[in-house]
Order: sequence, then C-alpha cells, then structure tokens
Amino acid sequence: MSTKHLITATDFCIYHKLEHSFINDLQEAGLIKITVVNETTYIADDELYKLERMIRLHNDLDINIAGIEAITHLLARLENIQEEMRLLKNDLKTYE
Amino acid sequence: MAFIDYYQILGVTKTATDKDIKAAYRKLARKYHPDLNPNDEEAKKKFQQLNEANEVLSDPEKRKKYDQYGENWQHGEAYEQARQQQGRQRSYGGGGQSFDFEGFDGGGDFSDFFRSMFGGAAGQARQPKYRGQDYNAELHLNLKEASETHKQTLTVNGKNIRITIPAGVENGQSIKIKGHGGPGGNGGPGGDLYIKFFVADDPRFKRKGADLYSNTKLDIYTAILGGEVTAETLNGKVKVKVKPETQNGTKVKLKGKGLPVYKKEGEFGDLYITYDLQLPVNLTDKQKQLFEELARS
Repeated sequence: MSTKHLITATDFCIYHKLEHSFINDLQEAGLIKITVVNETTYIADDELYKLERMIRLHNDLDINIAGIEAITHLLARLENIQEEMRLLKNDLKTYE
Repeated sequence: MAFIDYYQILGVTKTATDKDIKAAYRKLARKYHPDLNPNDEEAKKKFQQLNEANEVLSDPEKRKKYDQYGENWQHGEAYEQARQQQGRQRSYGGGGQSFDFEGFDGGGDFSDFFRSMFGGAAGQARQPKYRGQDYNAELHLNLKEASETHKQTLTVNGKNIRITIPAGVENGQSIKIKGHGGPGGNGGPGGDLYIKFFVADDPRFKRKGADLYSNTKLDIYTAILGGEVTAETLNGKVKVKVKPETQNGTKVKLKGKGLPVYKKEGEFGDLYITYDLQLPVNLTDKQKQLFEELARS
C-alpha cells in the first residue's frame, strides 16, 4: 500500500508534542481513522484537519476525550444545520 | 489607534491573580474558540482579542509594562528608551531593562495597539501548525455561468490557480481545493483553499436547487383557444404548446430545462413556467362588440 498521503503517527506526535496514547484514545473513540502499513501506524492527510482541531480543543481548552467526542458530534450537527439553513435561505429567495 | 483594556476583555479586575486570569481566559475561550464556532467571524474576532489579552496579562513582564503605562501606552516606548539609556549610563554599559521578545513570530492576529506596545511581534505558546494554513476565497457567478462546467483562474495570495467549476453550483456553497492553501510546516501537507460561491439572482428565473421558475405572458386568445407560446429558458427560447382553456397562473413543467444537477452528469432540473394572462387593451368598437356578444352568449 502506498504511503504517499500518510504521515506516521510517531512523526505527528513528535511534532505536536503529543503522547501516542492520545491518538489511540481518539481512534478507540471512533473519532479518527488510523492506517497500519507494515506494522507502522499512519494517519491519512485528510484526517489531519479533524485531528488538529481535536488537538486544539485538548490543548487550548483542556477538553478531555469524552468532551472532544461530544463536541465533534455537536459540531457535525451544527455544520449540517448550517448547510440546511443555507439551502433554505436559497429556497426562500424563490418566494421573494 | 485606541487603548485596549485587556482586563475588561477577560472580565477581571486589575488585582486579578495569574490563576484568575487563566480561569477567565479558559472560560471565555471555551465560548468563543473558532473550532467551536464554525463560520462565525464575530467569535473569531472575539477569540483573537481574548488571546491578545491573555498573551499580555499571563506574561508577568508584559503585564508589568501594560500596567505601568496603561492609557499612556503611546509614550511607553519613549519612556522605555530613555530609561534604558539612563540605566546604561549609570552602570557603565551594563544594566537597563530590556524587553526582548525574540522568538515571537507572526503577530498577524494581534492588534496595532499590541504591536505598538510590545514591539510588533506576538508569540503564543501554542503548538506550531503541521498543515499549512487554509485559505478562503470568494467567487461570484451569474446563473448562466453556474449552469456550465467551466474553468476559471483565481489569484490567491499572488498565485494563479486554475480551477474547474462544476455545473450546478449553488449560492453560498463552498468547495475545497485540496493542498492549495498555505505551505505546510516541516514538510507537512499544504492547507486547503476554500472557495465560496455567490450566484447572483437572475431577473428572469427563480432557482430552487436545480429547478428554475419563471413567468410567461399569455394572451387570452391563446389561453382560451389553445396554441403556442414562446418561453425563455436559460439556453434560449422554446415553443410551448398551450392547451385550450388554460387558466391564469397555470404552471407548466418543461422537463430537463432547469440547471444541471450538481456533480450528477446528465441529470437536469426542470423549468416551471407560470402563465400570466394578459388582458387586451385599447379595444376597437368592433372588438368590444364581440366581447359583449360573448358575454351575452
């Protein structure tokens, strides 16, 4: 399997000064996906946006894994609602 | 440039302890953190103010300087230079308090007030970014442009980027162009470019998803007797058959004459035309007479 769009979890943790267990905990909570190639753990680059947001929540706001999980679900709902609102606003224009 | 009351921003008094400041910052940061307030520019601005206030008040040296000069901050630098000069003279080249903010980078998120007082640089003890910064751009299209897959060249941060705009894009919709944001740090991936589309209203059509709505004038003779009317579509005029005894406000669907469905090749919305019956005006005596006969019949 190509590792072109993958970053090793170890490199990521060193860069962000993170314990490896933080990544594992997020993965166990189903919040991120990790990929294992030849016994090396990788993170896909399209997971980085989500993961870095979780790190910011953890570092900036002292939020634990359970809190991050709750926030992630609520943010997904918020984003869906914002998208629905955008579509409804466009629909409303039809009646203006 | 106005004085900024950092104590007020954090909602603490001037006698607040480090612990109070940290607690106040955390509490407000949890409310206004941009990750918790997606697409909210106000929250982002507020969070930047909080960061700046925290940057100053949680650093003993910066807080001391801020407290010392307060609203006289504009004279702070001059006082400081004079004081350092005096210090050097008294200690024969040694001493003198210096405010060395070496190692601070960026400062783009900090106010002019902050930069003026603390030497133009700001440093957050935050984790450096691995991915590059995401960029945001806006693209304005008219309805016709939104109906066709086409290429456009955008200039983002001095770079020209040629992108393909898929047909059927909607007003307010954003698309992500992966890797076209800022460069990543330490060999990390680049950020993404988010393009938000603004599709201008078309005076001829109302849009609902991929369907279009328009009004077409219909004279009463064609409405009563049936015939043909010319209706406007996004791609030109078409002839539409009109059934006899068509009522005012009748809606007719022209299948597939709407917009292409976003990212569904070969699928199109419909065009709904509503007939606006036009009553004849400036009737001749003969025409009036015929209408009278019609009314009596």
